[in-house]
Amino acid sequence: MNIYVLLKKTFDTEEKIAVTDGRIEDEGVEFIINPYDEYAVEEAIKQRDEHGGEVTVVTIGDEDSEKQLRTALAMGADKAVLINTEEDLEDGDQFTTAKILEAFFEDKEVDLILAGNVAIDEASGQVGPRLAERLGIPYVTTITNLEIDGDTVKIDKDVEGDVEKVETSLPVLVTCQQGLNEPRYPSLPGIMKAKKKPLEELEIDDLDLDEDELEPKTKTVDIFLPPEKEAGRVLEGEINEQVQELVSLLKNESKVL
Amino acid sequence: MSDKLLVIGETRDGVLRNVTFEAIAAAKKIKPDGEIVGVLCGEDELEKQGQEMIYYGADRVVTLKNSTLKTYTSDGFGQAVMSVIDEESPYGIVMGHTAVGKDLTPKIAAKLESGLISDATDIEVDGDEVVFTRPIYSGKAFEKKTITSGLVFVTIRPNNIPALDRDGSRSGDIQAKDVDVTDLRMVIKDVIRKASEGVDLSEANVIVAGGRGVKSADGFKPLYELADVLGGAVGASRGACDADYCDYSLQIGQTGKVVTPDLYIAVGISGAIQHLAGMSNSKVIVAINKDPEANIFNVADYGIVGDLFEVVPMLIEEIKKIKA
Repeated sequence: MNIYVLLKKTFDTEEKIAVTDGRIEDEGVEFIINPYDEYAVEEAIKQRDEHGGEVTVVTIGDEDSEKQLRTALAMGADKAVLINTEEDLEDGDQFTTAKILEAFFEDKEVDLILAGNVAIDEASGQVGPRLAERLGIPYVTTITNLEIDGDTVKIDKDVEGDVEKVETSLPVLVTCQQGLNEPRYPSLPGIMKAKKKPLEELEIDDLDLDEDELEPKTKTVDIFLPPEKEAGRVLEGEINEQVQELVSLLKNESKVL
Repeated sequence: MSDKLLVIGETRDGVLRNVTFEAIAAAKKIKPDGEIVGVLCGEDELEKQGQEMIYYGADRVVTLKNSTLKTYTSDGFGQAVMSVIDEESPYGIVMGHTAVGKDLTPKIAAKLESGLISDATDIEVDGDEVVFTRPIYSGKAFEKKTITSGLVFVTIRPNNIPALDRDGSRSGDIQAKDVDVTDLRMVIKDVIRKASEGVDLSEANVIVAGGRGVKSADGFKPLYELADVLGGAVGASRGACDADYCDYSLQIGQTGKVVTPDLYIAVGISGAIQHLAGMSNSKVIVAINKDPEANIFNVADYGIVGDLFEVVPMLIEEIKKIKA
């Protein structure tokens, strides 16, 4: 099976966000594989181990993105592709990303594409379904179980807590939800091997794309932080008095009861 | 240019979800004088649901009835909704940022090669420009976005843009449109109900969330009872989910759901930065924790330092009293 994983690097979830001049500060920030994409990498490896084939992880990013690709290779992916847009693209949105990936996949034989259901930074969840639509293959989002038997694909899909049993067939794109698997940590031999695994670097010229075609359809005009939440009141007295006071405050002061 | 906005309605158990009415209000914000056309896909009761959309501000409704549209699939709903878009050539499209909205709208945007702003929490109009606010980094920051070319296409986060008042005197045309749905590449074999009865987390006005301090799946029982008295939903921290006290679908935080209810009661939750990202934009936050140093008290409006197993049952009784 030809298995591809769409991967994005994101800020470590521990990071606080700072904004300067309407832009997010990324100086000195720790980056990680987007946590939902980690489920995708793990699932790709599991499916390959079961059905044979090859796992290729693909990312759009800059030269620093190599780090996350190497981590995926250390987990067990076979090959990596970095589409480096640092020099060519100033801005992009989900339209741009899907367009680049569409061009990348144009001449590929694909059985299965996995992605995170959402990236924890921009959190639009658009790129997976957009790409599937452009490639003319079906997609299933927020999956929590995946079974492949020949061409038949049986999926558990999380729908706001309910589970839908979905049946479809290869080729398919799926986006991964928490609960799908437990992503492995790269082993030391894995990390050593990853250094020698192939990592191809492409630019948008290599994909026969023109900057004009990638013009985003949306624009970010400002970024700001939410007003800092001030610590409120810690109530005092006997517990039962505190509970009574709380209910009274919720009813009369903040009027939410 | 057309001044028509399509609002794609969504039902759950045969009833329109509240976010549909909020989407109508959002469409009104985008174009106060525009024509709002509701779109409904399904099999039963479309007429009745369409009428309800009109009471909440839609000018007319197009219903798409087909046995394949009984349950949502991206292929089925995609074809049905595209047929309306082709016919109406709207200026914009609004839908709720729900499981269905998240799944369907990128497909349509890709087909139309349009932009799409997902998960908007606010809309302002500045001259000709519509500016959308949406949370990024799970609410650690916000961005303002505009659509630079083509369709104004947006999904809105439930519970943020208030619906208009229901006006039972409004009337409008409800047009049943025939739709061909072909080549469905996926089938839903079964749906297993796991979600708590009643209120969905993303739409709940009140959330009672438990953390590691709740200590066991059994320990969540009083939280369910409290949520029940408040007409709310139960959520959890990652710690509680990892420890198997509850299902991952309840997880609130940077991984998991981001919620903004009117009232958030954090029970036995210490308040890791990832959890705070998912809930700190709630309107009123109550923290109950036995550790006075817990981080959660830094974002709480009201805090009680104490044993949750003592506090929660008392709270249930007190609330019952005032609700009686």
